[in-house]
Amino acid sequence: MDTLPALFHDYTFRTVALGSALLGVVSGVIGSFAVLRKQSLLGDGVSHAALPGVVAAFLLTGSKNTEVLLLGALLTGLAATFIIMSIVKHSRIKFDGALALVMSVFFGLGLVLLTYSQKIPDANQAGLKRFIYGQASTLLERDVIMTAACGAVLLLIVILFWKELKLFSFDPEFAEAIGFSTGKLNILLSFLIVLAIIIGLQTVGVVLMSAMLISPGVAARQWSDRLWLMVALAAGFGAASGVLGTLLSSAVPGLPTGPVIVVCITAVAVFSLLFAPGRGILHRIYRRKKNSARFKAERRPKL
Amino acid sequence: MTAGVEIQLIAVIVSAACALPGVFLVLRKMSMMSDSITHTILLGIVLAFFLTEDLSSPLLIAGAALMGVATVWLTETLMNTRLMSEDSAVGIVFPLLFSIAIILITRYAGSVHLDTDSVLLGELAFAPFDRLVVFGVDIGAKAIYTSGALLLINVILITVFYKELKIVTFDPMLASLLGFSPGLVHYGLMTLVSLTAVGAFEAVGSVLVVAFMIGPPLTAYMLTDDLKKMLLLSAGFGALSGILGYHAALLPDVSIAGSMAVTTGLVFAVVFIFAPKRGLIGVFIRKIKRDNFMRS
Repeated sequence: MDTLPALFHDYTFRTVALGSALLGVVSGVIGSFAVLRKQSLLGDGVSHAALPGVVAAFLLTGSKNTEVLLLGALLTGLAATFIIMSIVKHSRIKFDGALALVMSVFFGLGLVLLTYSQKIPDANQAGLKRFIYGQASTLLERDVIMTAACGAVLLLIVILFWKELKLFSFDPEFAEAIGFSTGKLNILLSFLIVLAIIIGLQTVGVVLMSAMLISPGVAARQWSDRLWLMVALAAGFGAASGVLGTLLSSAVPGLPTGPVIVVCITAVAVFSLLFAPGRGILHRIYRRKKNSARFKAERRPKL
Repeated sequence: MTAGVEIQLIAVIVSAACALPGVFLVLRKMSMMSDSITHTILLGIVLAFFLTEDLSSPLLIAGAALMGVATVWLTETLMNTRLMSEDSAVGIVFPLLFSIAIILITRYAGSVHLDTDSVLLGELAFAPFDRLVVFGVDIGAKAIYTSGALLLINVILITVFYKELKIVTFDPMLASLLGFSPGLVHYGLMTLVSLTAVGAFEAVGSVLVVAFMIGPPLTAYMLTDDLKKMLLLSAGFGALSGILGYHAALLPDVSIAGSMAVTTGLVFAVVFIFAPKRGLIGVFIRKIKRDNFMRS
């Protein structure tokens, strides 16, 4: 363990750890609302739909600038969200069906574009695939700065619309009744989810980003019934898993960062489900045992 | 048979085989379970490979199918704690299992000739290279026979258990009253979905299996209320997308499976807009007529 302090002085490690921690905070905060609104899987859909955007942006501009590629991802992510919502609105098809269809079709389109880009002579498209699996170890300082900037904007929006989002998460009918447009709030929340996903693509990739969104929220939900505490806890869990995952993958050779972060955050969620006071499974079993013991004791006739 | 004909044959068979169990996923509102299963079978394959150390062992398929069922069980166990909603349970289980699979593959990359690319993305164009040779005679691409067997299993099981599947899908209460176990039928269906995903992913890649499982049934769902018609239409739409997708991929020389998925989406879009009763235009015209009627 004597390499640990040395690791913290390592520039690459600090950059990656900081980037992962920031991502954890952002996805924890946004994910809390996604979990409460039962929209967690939208993140999974959007992250798959980002692939054609990334490749199309590369094909159109020829640039491999992360900002350009992520802008493409943002556009197709939003387009996919819009299509999913329209399908659900105008037909009897349910959300999960529309999501599964749109997500896989967009991913198919991404694959078509990717194979097309590989046919172009001397187009250096090698960096594009990193968005499928994510490559946290390639994070640069400017990526971290961009994550921080986008994250700050997201958090600001959440703080500004705190009351609206809170009402919308717990009692949409009431929110509608007192004059908030739930349609608009739904679009706002979807936009926040899409943006959070896009930020995370580079670190953990298309496939695993949904876990970053869901697990912190689910874990935090077990510890508190207060929204601000839940959101704060989710941000903390996300950040801690980001740092821990980076640490583990740097310390043990051959461990990919993104998947290790996902395993860490899921471990936190499972721990919370088991051990959280009040809601946790163990506490529930304990309470049931105690109740039945008390029940037996009370039934025993007094002598 | 030329390679092109063989690829189209495989595309048609795989699409139809995926569409059949997909109908029940759509009707039972479990579409995202297909996404989950298609990811986690990778872990099943990796674990089975560690046991057998043989990439062509049939145990790999068994391991993958088992992992699919385990995924469903884990997701439902989480859901039944009632500590989270259904979608969160799905979204926690499959990234975890998939992460473990990637970690195992990366860590033991030297000894495993498994490529996450080939599992996730698949490539139909390579299917004709893998021949099935019986007694020294080349009788066609291997994938034709594996996917054909898959289609046959799906058709037989769905025909035999049609009544059970129908009742459990539309009225689980009645099903348990009549003495069918909804749980048994449910897990039977999930085993079928896992098997189909395992059989299909080699050809088309795991993410795109979702398109073939969910796309054609949703398209059929826009057109009919009859379960039998929906099954037939789904298989038909699946086969159609397979052939159209193959030809669309030829000219720009791109991923065939990807092009098939895009075609599935386009076919859905056309039906979604033009379907006689439930299509976008039909709904719109009816709304205008109603408004005019109300005004007059």
